[in-house]
Amino acid sequence: MSNLSSSKGPGQEQSGLRLPSSGKTIYHRPLNRTRTAELSQASFAYLFGEMVSYAQRRVKGVNELEQRLNAQGHPLGLKLLDLLLFREPPRSQLRPLTIIALLHFIKQMLWTHLFGRQADRLEKSANPETPDEYMIVDNEPLVNQYISVPREMSQLNCAAFVAGIVEGACDGAGFPARVSAHTIRSPTNEEADLWPGRTVFLVKFRPEVLEREKYVKQ
Amino acid sequence: MSYYFAIVGTQDNPLFEHEFGTSKQGGDGQSRFNEQVRHLNQFILHSSLDVVEEVQWAQGQMYLKVVDRFFNNYVSCFVTAGNVKFLLLHQPALPPGPPTSRSSTAIGANPTSPATEEAIKNFFAEVYENWIKAIMNPFYKVNMEVTSPVFRQRVAAAGRKYL
Repeated sequence: MSNLSSSKGPGQEQSGLRLPSSGKTIYHRPLNRTRTAELSQASFAYLFGEMVSYAQRRVKGVNELEQRLNAQGHPLGLKLLDLLLFREPPRSQLRPLTIIALLHFIKQMLWTHLFGRQADRLEKSANPETPDEYMIVDNEPLVNQYISVPREMSQLNCAAFVAGIVEGACDGAGFPARVSAHTIRSPTNEEADLWPGRTVFLVKFRPEVLEREKYVKQ
Repeated sequence: MSYYFAIVGTQDNPLFEHEFGTSKQGGDGQSRFNEQVRHLNQFILHSSLDVVEEVQWAQGQMYLKVVDRFFNNYVSCFVTAGNVKFLLLHQPALPPGPPTSRSSTAIGANPTSPATEEAIKNFFAEVYENWIKAIMNPFYKVNMEVTSPVFRQRVAAAGRKYL
């Protein structure tokens, strides 16, 4: 620790740091923003298309491509976790302590911040052998709106990027998990026709998270 | 009153440290740690991490107040949403004579009084705001040291303002 200790005194301020001509750094900018500050979806779609083709370079298969998209999203989730909780009113600035609290935070706060609406469903795996699996369902992921997947890569779901964001939020909050995005048709026929791009984010928590959950709940 | 502030990452790795003294009650902002035991500050802070990990899952508040004490050293903690810990070691100056009723009104003379808790809470809140600004930097990866002199100035300013 001592090697990163400060050499205190005024001399340190004259380091090699270069400030913008306005003298304003990121520390001068407010963290709160107005509710209406939305971004153009066209420019996002263009940028996201580029991100996918960037991730596609030198990958061997769909799995690796999804992994790269996931890695691109991961740091975003870590940062959004802190930012969104900070923007909450001080009384409700609570760290999520249980899986349910965390998933609610993701379904409501994170989704609203990113996509302007909540996620459509939150489900727990019905299979008793996998109590560590939870599912966040988005009927129409915004990131996939202008993505058409070629036939030979039918396994690909570019919402792996969003899965990465969710994974980052889970990891940051101390609930290490693997999150993957899957295109799964709705069980009922009417809805399946209505939402062809229905995406399920499968959140699989590590065993130690479930173990802790038992103690935290008491 | 002397303070030693450290930010500890998710892998219990130190990310930032800053030492200062009180600016209230005519203090000059210089720390007055005993030179012979000053190097123990880091050990004391790090040894309190075990306690922090127990307390942080018992309540969802970020500010955990005084979590640990070691002789005359008190450790206050703040856990961010991203599981980064802000630890503040505060060491009240031992009064030269018998304690008088006047000295006990100073911030920090009584480390567990509500006034001190509130002052430290405000300090942590301001550091947290700057911390988020630091980590929002797209080039910042989790558990990287924060070396920005602007950040250090901001922490020092928060220390002067509240403690």
